Amino acid sequence: MKKTLCLYFQVHQPYRLRQYRFFDIGKNHDYFDEFANKTIMARVASRCYIPANRIILDLIKEYNGAFKVAYSISGIALEQMEQFAPWALESFQELAQTGHVEFLAETYSHSLSSLISPRKFKDQIKVHVKAVEKYFGQKPKAFRNTELIYSDTIGEMVANMGFTTMLTEGARHIMGWKSPDYLYVNALNPKLKLLLRNFRLSDDIAFRFSDKKWADWPLTAEKYAGWIAGALEQDDIVNIFMDYESFGEHQPASSGIFDFIKAMPGMILNHTNLEILTPSQAAAKHQPIAPLNVPYAISWADEERDISAWLGNELQSEAFQNLYKIEDLVRQSNDPDLQRDFRRLQASDHFYYMCTKFFSDGDVHKYFNPYDTPYEAFINYMNVLSDITLRTPKK
Amino acid sequence: MKVLMFGWEFPPHISGGLGTACDGLTRGLAKNQVKVLFVMPSASGDEDQSAVHIINASDVTAFQTRKEARELFEKVQFLKVTSNLIPYLGPDEFEEKVDLEREKEWNEFRISFGQKFKFSGKYGSNLMEEVMRYSLVASAIARQNQFDVIHAHDWLTYMAGIAAKRVSGKPLVVHVHATEFDRSGENINRQVYDLEKRGMEAADRVIAVSNLTRNIIINNYHIDPSKVFTVHNAVDFSTVENREITRGVPEKIVTFLGRITFQKGPEYFIEAAYKVLQKTKDVRFVMAGSGDLFNRAIRRVAKLGISSHFHFTGFLRGEDVKNMFAYSDVYVMPSVSEPFGISPLEAMKANVPTIISKQSGVAEVLNHAIKVDFWDVNAMADAIYGLLTFPALSAMTVRCGLEEVNALKWDNAALKVKQIYESVTEEKI
Repeated sequence: MKKTLCLYFQVHQPYRLRQYRFFDIGKNHDYFDEFANKTIMARVASRCYIPANRIILDLIKEYNGAFKVAYSISGIALEQMEQFAPWALESFQELAQTGHVEFLAETYSHSLSSLISPRKFKDQIKVHVKAVEKYFGQKPKAFRNTELIYSDTIGEMVANMGFTTMLTEGARHIMGWKSPDYLYVNALNPKLKLLLRNFRLSDDIAFRFSDKKWADWPLTAEKYAGWIAGALEQDDIVNIFMDYESFGEHQPASSGIFDFIKAMPGMILNHTNLEILTPSQAAAKHQPIAPLNVPYAISWADEERDISAWLGNELQSEAFQNLYKIEDLVRQSNDPDLQRDFRRLQASDHFYYMCTKFFSDGDVHKYFNPYDTPYEAFINYMNVLSDITLRTPKK
Repeated sequence: MKVLMFGWEFPPHISGGLGTACDGLTRGLAKNQVKVLFVMPSASGDEDQSAVHIINASDVTAFQTRKEARELFEKVQFLKVTSNLIPYLGPDEFEEKVDLEREKEWNEFRISFGQKFKFSGKYGSNLMEEVMRYSLVASAIARQNQFDVIHAHDWLTYMAGIAAKRVSGKPLVVHVHATEFDRSGENINRQVYDLEKRGMEAADRVIAVSNLTRNIIINNYHIDPSKVFTVHNAVDFSTVENREITRGVPEKIVTFLGRITFQKGPEYFIEAAYKVLQKTKDVRFVMAGSGDLFNRAIRRVAKLGISSHFHFTGFLRGEDVKNMFAYSDVYVMPSVSEPFGISPLEAMKANVPTIISKQSGVAEVLNHAIKVDFWDVNAMADAIYGLLTFPALSAMTVRCGLEEVNALKWDNAALKVKQIYESVTEEKI
């Protein structure tokens, strides 16, 4: 049986908040920095989505379907694409039409709801599934949670919703001596198959590709295909999961990243005995080797691979608790504007900006963060939250 | 290692942060096995000498014999405030004239500097004269003592440092706690600026209390960046006390504490207070301190119509300062230009959440204070409101802030200073 390479790319853009002062509370319900959101979406579309989609489309045609990929595009990224860069949305739709691209389900808002309430979590997944059906004409069978956050109970919720496959991190502290390059199953419901990210091979592209101080720089498609083949001499599946914005945005076009992507599938398909499958296909094909025990939530972020980047300090907990305090009321309100704003405020990014870990480590945090300090991020967010709380009808 | 250090003040009799910093630094140096001879213009005798040996410049005669006097006069010629420039003279005439002048000066010098001089040690109107006399005494002290390096704190003592260097040939380190630009903005006192620049130029190393100050030294005094080093101030709190205070008012209290002068940015605090008070009346603002903008501040508060929630205490000292911190829910330091700024550390030590301007040196070492541009009164008002409104924010800044302040030790700062000493003394060998 052929060994498998599985590729999945995450597409997400939050609605960034404008500078929202406390004098705005109760007066101004315009929370989002339209200029920033628009320019960032347009920039990322032209640097990444458009050129990368073009290459992926060409590769699918060139290899006649032997090359496949999967995407997860958050609901609020879809919204912004439609609003600010519809041409990017169209190019994803063109990919969907090839029949060789799988779209995954996630929470619509790229939220942390899996950590607070099963009901809210399910509601948001349903909204996202609808959006995927609407834009791409397929019903997702595989699921990826925000930032690959996963635990046994989260997996069980996902299984109960009818998903058969879920993607998460091959976190070292969970895996121990075990390899992430096999199919695993959820510890509570073995029907849910788990694909685990090979973080070393994924980060070789996502983080290290243009790093000239890296011993393996420059990374060629040939070298990389060799590593994958090496990993698969024994194991079954290598999962390369990363932010799609790695192409052209985090790793600039000048680094040669696009040429790398163009060449890589050929190296795999023509020079090795491997095949490339989407997550659902890979999960259907291989035999699970063991259940995976994950009592506490893991993610793909930072060294810790836990949830401390979003809920690691008291600012984050306070904001998180206050946000979900009004969730029931917002849902019952029948006010579409209110519900829309509330969805956007749930994005995990807002909590990431309040992370105090970056005082010690984290160029990555700084790259993504529009605020100078976590305190500013908190004050701004809480001002907005105060206003939306006032807007929410009290029964 | 032994240091001849020139300061202007030393606790307990201090008028600013300089004396406190000298005290902390010398204690830290003592722990790092550096002996300090601390010279000050006017010691009272009640200074704590456990870590330093204090020399009172008022007790020292500049010279005893005519020979010593002549030597000093030759070596410290540069100190003359008067100018030798005389227009429209030929070279010969000039030389003759200059010789005459010098003879006259020499006589004046011998007579006026032959006895002890009672320094005031204050910052009064004859400051320049005291600065000059201090440097003369400094050269005498430099001759009478053994040491490896000279360290001078702020412009008042730079001339003393230069004089000591000329007499002894030992390397000079000048320590910049504030520059004329911090004190006066763009309208600087040229005489002070010149003295500062001469001190920095003559020095083998310049220590700045922050990167902010280091940049001013490099850009405005044109000092070679390779000899300018940043050593952030620290703070040692002898006692941790949690004061129990019963408040007379139910509202939360936001405090400004410092001199009410241009440098400290009091007007921005007032404007921010006005903004906050438009949103909530559940807060009171206190401006503690005095200064040349005091009356203007009161007028502005009255004009904005917020006097019922804005209070002035006048100048506070000692216990009252501690009580003020204990009263406060938020401390704001909106300084326009602050080379370092020790008071936010005192506030954080007293468990008060703190807002500081980005234009302060202390912002370089603090993560858990909220930082705003001094001119951005909207951001300042927002930060005040946030700290008053969101309990998690004040709880976290207080908890993490205390840890952070406790980690700023003079021992560590003194170690860096010691390494700077070592770098110059090795060069000399």
